[in-house]
Amino acid sequence: MAQVTLRNLVKNYDDTPAVRGIDLDIADKEFVVLVGPSGCGKSTTLRMIAGLEEITGGDVIIGSEVVNDVPPKDRDIAMVFQNYALYPHMTVYENMSFGLRLKKVAKDEIARRVENAARILDISELLQRKPKQLSGGQRQRVAMGRAIVRDPKVFLFDEPLSNLDAKLRVQMRTEIKKVHQKVRTTTVYVTHDQVEAMTLADRVVVMNGGLIEQVGTPNQLYHFPATKFVAGFIGSPAMNFVPCAIEEAAGALRVRLTKDTAFPVPQDRTRRYREHVGKTRLLFGLRPEHIVEHRPHLEPNQHAFEVELEVTEPMGMETMVFFLLEGTELCGRVNPDAGAQSGKRMKLVADLGKMHLIDDASGKVL
Amino acid sequence: MTAPSAINVSRHPARQGSIQRSRRWALIWSYVFLVMFAVFFLMPPIYMFVTSLKSSAEVSAITNPWWVYFPTFDNYAALLGSGTYITFFRNSAVIAIVVVVITMLISIPAAFALSRMKFWGSTTLATGVFLTYLVPDTLLFIPLFKIFAFVHDHTGIELINHWWALMILYPTLTVPFATWILIAYFASIPKELDEAALIDGAGYLQMLTMIFIPVALPGIVAAAIFAFTVAWSQFLYPLAFTTSADQLVLPVGIVTTLIKGDVYNWGQIMAGALLGAAPPLVIYAFLMDYYIAGLTAGATKG
Repeated sequence: MAQVTLRNLVKNYDDTPAVRGIDLDIADKEFVVLVGPSGCGKSTTLRMIAGLEEITGGDVIIGSEVVNDVPPKDRDIAMVFQNYALYPHMTVYENMSFGLRLKKVAKDEIARRVENAARILDISELLQRKPKQLSGGQRQRVAMGRAIVRDPKVFLFDEPLSNLDAKLRVQMRTEIKKVHQKVRTTTVYVTHDQVEAMTLADRVVVMNGGLIEQVGTPNQLYHFPATKFVAGFIGSPAMNFVPCAIEEAAGALRVRLTKDTAFPVPQDRTRRYREHVGKTRLLFGLRPEHIVEHRPHLEPNQHAFEVELEVTEPMGMETMVFFLLEGTELCGRVNPDAGAQSGKRMKLVADLGKMHLIDDASGKVL
Repeated sequence: MTAPSAINVSRHPARQGSIQRSRRWALIWSYVFLVMFAVFFLMPPIYMFVTSLKSSAEVSAITNPWWVYFPTFDNYAALLGSGTYITFFRNSAVIAIVVVVITMLISIPAAFALSRMKFWGSTTLATGVFLTYLVPDTLLFIPLFKIFAFVHDHTGIELINHWWALMILYPTLTVPFATWILIAYFASIPKELDEAALIDGAGYLQMLTMIFIPVALPGIVAAAIFAFTVAWSQFLYPLAFTTSADQLVLPVGIVTTLIKGDVYNWGQIMAGALLGAAPPLVIYAFLMDYYIAGLTAGATKG
């Protein structure tokens, strides 16, 4: 068990930067997920922690030791790969015990640890099988078993669920969380799936273009995104962005989306937004779940408006409605019984208490 | 309700019938060509076998060449009873086995290094290995003669007319190709497998012996069979470098001892050649599945 610290970590491939200076503190026993689009440097960062990738600049510290020049086998880490990377010629038992056998751990100790890990992962009956006799989910369990058996300081997961079908992925996600709750090993987990990141992580690290955009708990990222990228990346369907302007009239602020549509800014934001009055290139951000059907009694910051629906997508528990506001497509989530129909006009409600104001030039949430 | 099902019922067998018919024709043509190939390739060994059962008198008599009227095992008995044929066989066997071992000892680490331990010039070196294979042995034996003379002049070690010297010569033919097969095979092993082994605590040598060799066994068997076949059937080098009867290997031995001037001892030549072809045949038969898996590995796994 140990904490992991990254200090100004840099990786260049020839002259192409992949990771451009990352600072991150991962606490002991913490489950941290690195998430971002492909090419954002998340896997490279993980591989540098593992020691599979040389470090161009900065430090990787595991426990209290700088491990930049320590080979992977001496870093006391375990890694689970996307394609499982099980040794095809060995049985499940041999796969799981390989690391321990190399370390010359006593035979009965190996057996005890493998059986314990197999019990945690519910694969005790599979120990004598070869990997090719296993299903995708079972292989994934074995790959995790191989990591657990080692009892390392840090678990590293490199997109471990990407090769599984959707249903199994959800199941294994829960499985991974359960395992972490049992073994409590510091974990760094890489994925491009924000749902996976949100559901698994104690803290999520959103990366983009080789840099960290924001670090925070899933709820922090969802409610208080620091940048436009995070606001758009976290949450599904993605946050709506509409060009807007802040107007002042009689001491109160209004956010104007179109010639005809403007909403009053909530009282508690007035002070924060006043300095942006008259600025250009501002974006109004609001999540689809905060645009709902009209109700008879509106909450203080809820404001009604009427639009013509372009498309409706019934999902069962809710219906997605898509409409245009001066050429910008927006999405809302309404009650399936609210009678939303494509091509019809509908009265909707925006919850301004959940709005975000974004400076489109810098990408910062204001 | 009944009409559509009636149509279905009447159509179903017809469609199935046409599939069966086209499949039948494909099978018929496959068999026609397979039989043609089989006849074409089996004719020489059968003819050899028939001839090997004939006495010299019957070989030269004007009878049906495809039939034995007075079968005899005299040719086999004479060969196996003569010390020289056994010597040829033993020389060939020892050389082939040692060459396979030497080839594997060089090729496996070489292929591992060239395919996995990316170092400066490794790709150029890999291509260079393959180019070496493209140089024909007919071009090499005169320079090799020079080298042997040079070695003799400077160390006093005589390499010419010693059967064991062939064990040093043959790897020049087998190592490049075996290395090339193995590079292709190792390249098909996913990179994550080494990384997993690396994290599990394996060094490069352990990675090679505990992961790569077992996983690449089909490729290694293919390379070994190739090396064995080359060493077993090589004709030019032993013809050039060995002369005394007790130093000869099978292919050269049969030709030089059983053809005396213009007298061809056909029965014994055929018997000797058939016996000589047996070991590779047995090896192929037992390791065929491995061999095919090895040769197609690079093509399908990318």
